[in-house]
Amino acid sequence: MAHYIFNMPVSEAEVRALKVNDTVTLQGTLFGIRDATYIHMFDRGRTTHFDMRGHAVIHTAPNVKWTGETEANPSGYASVCVGTTTSARMERFTRPLMEQYGVRITIGKGGLFAASQAAFKDIGGVYLAIIGGAAALETTWIESIEDVDLDDLNPESLWKFRVRDFGPLLVAMDSHGGNLYTEVNKAARDKRAGVLASLGVKS
Amino acid sequence: MKIDLKQVEDASKDLYIRALKLLPPDIKQGFSRLDKAETDATGKSVLGTMIRNIAVAEATDNLLCQDTGIPIYNVVIGAGIEFDGFALKQAIVKGCERATKEYPFRSSVVHPVTRQNAQTSCGRSIPVINIEFSDALETLSIEMIPKGSGSENNSWLKMAIPADGIDAIKTFVVDCVLDAGGKTCPPTIVGVGVGGTADLCVHLSKVAATRALGTHCDDPEGAKLEAELSAVVNQLGVGAQGLGGDSTSFAVHVETAATHITLNPVAVNMQCHSARRARATFTPAGVAFGF
Repeated sequence: MAHYIFNMPVSEAEVRALKVNDTVTLQGTLFGIRDATYIHMFDRGRTTHFDMRGHAVIHTAPNVKWTGETEANPSGYASVCVGTTTSARMERFTRPLMEQYGVRITIGKGGLFAASQAAFKDIGGVYLAIIGGAAALETTWIESIEDVDLDDLNPESLWKFRVRDFGPLLVAMDSHGGNLYTEVNKAARDKRAGVLASLGVKS
Repeated sequence: MKIDLKQVEDASKDLYIRALKLLPPDIKQGFSRLDKAETDATGKSVLGTMIRNIAVAEATDNLLCQDTGIPIYNVVIGAGIEFDGFALKQAIVKGCERATKEYPFRSSVVHPVTRQNAQTSCGRSIPVINIEFSDALETLSIEMIPKGSGSENNSWLKMAIPADGIDAIKTFVVDCVLDAGGKTCPPTIVGVGVGGTADLCVHLSKVAATRALGTHCDDPEGAKLEAELSAVVNQLGVGAQGLGGDSTSFAVHVETAATHITLNPVAVNMQCHSARRARATFTPAGVAFGF
């Protein structure tokens, strides 16, 4: 279990070096994306001018406040509360996001599934687990909202955050087939029969 | 006592913001209890971050979670309360809208077909407003619950049959906890509805999921069931955030209703670890805020 500090963007080799249970702290740029953003980019043919090659996305739709463009808030938005949403709904978009935009890291909560795991292996990528529901803390890691695209989808716009000491985040799915969620899930299902027996359930 | 609708509107606004920022004391105690009992290193670390987040939210006067949820207002009208029911609902909706726009925080509510967001946290039949009656003299209470979607997306109903008995209910609850995994942002409160009609059963599961920790079902059979399920749910090892450990749930809560001779319905709804709620109580002495 090693700890890595990534100054974004990162290379394929840096991402492939990560193993489940390692931890990562991000510095620099982080993109925010979620349901509607993905749907419009991959089902409705919309594109973004952001260069996301080697970058990380986080599954989020932040609480923001419009301030107008200032030095502190170059996008015109100040972050109020930035957290993380459940990743499971976005499973089918992991591969196209990596193939078409070169994204290497997906950050979320609750994990992704087999299609994403295969994309991480084929293209070189990882899933980093952040603690869902800990948004007040996460907000302290956001320096500013640098830019925003597809903002008609607000709050599900494509956000470009500047982050400092964003983490530590847990490597929960790696490019070698490692997956903490399936390990935990399998162990839990193995305990099902014993738990039901202790409840007096007749099999 | 005549209800001042402007007071209701203001309280409905304040309640939403208050609920998003302050975690009730029973949930904080629930975290302490789980943290003491946790034996898994990852589980311990995850709980530590969640507990730290509660302190950061208070210190920075910020929202606990980014998900401002689906707004639910539970109104309980006591004896001797005079009010215009339609206007009362309008006042709650207005308060909900004002909280969103004036704070401002994220409106998480969209039209179900067009997916358009009016940026008000309101829409057709939203906020959910539930109205109940009590015999408490000259007391009106409004409870506000921002129900997060990570937990709400994991909701289940099974119309089991009488021949399946109580075993079907217990098995269903265990299987729902396994299916939810980390998607519900555990540790959760697992809310179980037993009996009623399909819609009442689902409603009861929501009532159970959003009840304060340490409270019990007032039906002795429901209380027995929730004690049994609470005792074993953490043995599954799903753990905080689904990353393993002993902190899958704070508790299993059960609510019951009588049902038909042919029915044996069970519903499960979960509340995430950001188990937020706030309450305003209106009496002749004024408005008091609590949980």
